[in-house]
Amino acid sequence: MSFIIQTINGLSLAALLFLLSAGFTLTFGLMRVVNLAHGALYLIGGYVGLSVVWTTDNFWLGIVAGGFFVVVLAALIDRFLIRPTGENHLAQVLLTVGVAIVIADIALAIWGGDNLRVPTPEMLRGPIFLPGDIIYPRYRFVLILFGLAAAVIMWVLYRRTQIGAIVRAGVDDREMASALGININLLFALVFAVGAFLAGVAGVVGGAFLTLYPGVEWEILILALVVVIVGGLGSLEGAIVGSVIVGLIDAYGRWLMPEMSYFVIFAPMAVLLLVRPTGIFGQEH
Amino acid sequence: MAQAEALLTVRDIHTYYGDSYVLQGLSLALREGQIVAILGRNGMGKTTLIRSVAGLTPPRSGDILLRGEPITGARSYDIARRGVGLVPQGRRIFTSLTVRENLLLPASVLAGGRRGGPDEGPPEWDLDEVLDQFPQLKARINNLGGALSGGEQQMLAIGRALMRNPDLILMDEPSEGLSPRLVEQVGDIMTTLKKRNHAILLVEQNIGMALAIADYVYVLSVGKFVFEGPPSELTANAEVIDRHLGVTGSEQVA
Ligand SMILES: Nc1ncnc2c1ncn2[C@@H]1O[C@H](COP(=O)(O)OP(=O)(O)OP(=O)(O)O)[C@@H](O)[C@H]1O
Ligand SMILES: [Mg+2]
Repeated sequence: MSFIIQTINGLSLAALLFLLSAGFTLTFGLMRVVNLAHGALYLIGGYVGLSVVWTTDNFWLGIVAGGFFVVVLAALIDRFLIRPTGENHLAQVLLTVGVAIVIADIALAIWGGDNLRVPTPEMLRGPIFLPGDIIYPRYRFVLILFGLAAAVIMWVLYRRTQIGAIVRAGVDDREMASALGININLLFALVFAVGAFLAGVAGVVGGAFLTLYPGVEWEILILALVVVIVGGLGSLEGAIVGSVIVGLIDAYGRWLMPEMSYFVIFAPMAVLLLVRPTGIFGQEH
Repeated sequence: MAQAEALLTVRDIHTYYGDSYVLQGLSLALREGQIVAILGRNGMGKTTLIRSVAGLTPPRSGDILLRGEPITGARSYDIARRGVGLVPQGRRIFTSLTVRENLLLPASVLAGGRRGGPDEGPPEWDLDEVLDQFPQLKARINNLGGALSGGEQQMLAIGRALMRNPDLILMDEPSEGLSPRLVEQVGDIMTTLKKRNHAILLVEQNIGMALAIADYVYVLSVGKFVFEGPPSELTANAEVIDRHLGVTGSEQVA
């Protein structure tokens, strides 16, 4: 009984982690850019969505607004900060940490330091009755379906469409794709925008059950990092499988060994990396 | 060769990798429908020349002109869109794309769409025609590029470049690592391409094959051309062959 509930808990966290890690991993796969501001995009997307929900009383509008706000912000970060660093990946790491800190400080000035919960609409509140007399929060259950839908859509786009094939080609061999006529910078901007949108959306839907507060950007970023390292950097399938693994381990860990919840996540990751340094789906780069 | 009729003109280019000075002043010209071969031993700068023309390692000084227009310093995707196809050394097939996806990639909208039209360059290639030219690819159309044999990958690399309908194809050691039968097929393909008015800048270690199909030959040694002329002239020049192409070279020519 608790096992089933913890499993559902883990899957709803997995849904959120997938939204966050999909963009992170593809951004890395394409340009080797490690964007450590990805958690801050989650945070600011969540806050913007929250304010929109407060003013319009429309949760769905909040999700869309959070997503698009972050797309615009990420485009500016890409164009004016990341792009000028070229291939200097260490500079990008330090730069995106700085960007994350600035974004978080601005958010603190605007929204303050309290835990804020994004209000959910009536239809997503209350319990849901699952087979086997299990009572579960409806919102978190719907989130699982939402994450599943996002994963399916992303997978189909990536594996079954021409634009997906071009992104995969860029991940395989960026220089060769460029020599065949692909404007790789435009492609990167596109992938970065999709990843940013998902991160902003994640901030709003995540803010409705994890709440938003200063510091959540790093907590969620660390989990997303574990997801992409376990799944394999640059792999969308890795992001899907890694999210489920990390989501479940986190839920079981909090349940069985609550005082060791970080250890429970990092220990299996360390063991996996010893056996498979590239992660489950990763390839040598 | 008159400037106006040259498809590709390379004028005194100097190319570096960081501090390493590789191409030390190369000039060459290539006309429409011509096959020009670049010969030379390992590490002499042949691939660097190809990379310079393709925009992957732009020269630090000198000019590269395509139909008289400068492309020096242009982005590689822009050069590709202006009609330069690349068949790189080592094939560089996209391993996680199927054969079909590999072929369609250069023709996609994000790659600037397909070139062509009745009065623009050579007649058009499309998927069907490429598959007719390379029957071994037809059977493996839905396989991943990474699952192909070396020979199939080479055919795919050539077919992929053709899908953009390039006026000029840069081929870097297309016969490397292939069986004699497949080397022959590669030679036949180049003859076909020439007939269809594609120009080819060919880098080869297989000197016999290169001399058999090239219209004009350059020999590269440590970043400089030490010979240029028609194949017959090179065949007669034992000194260049022995000094710059090695013993295996003169054996292959004989
Ligand atoms: N990315 C690079 N960075 C630094 N030096 C390089 C790089 N690529 C090639 N070189 C050096 O430049 C020189 C020319 O290399 P290039 O690859 O053009 O030779 P090549 O004639 O194509 O040789 P091969 O027949 O082995 O393909 C070599 O000395 C090589 O070591
Ligand atoms: Mg080479």
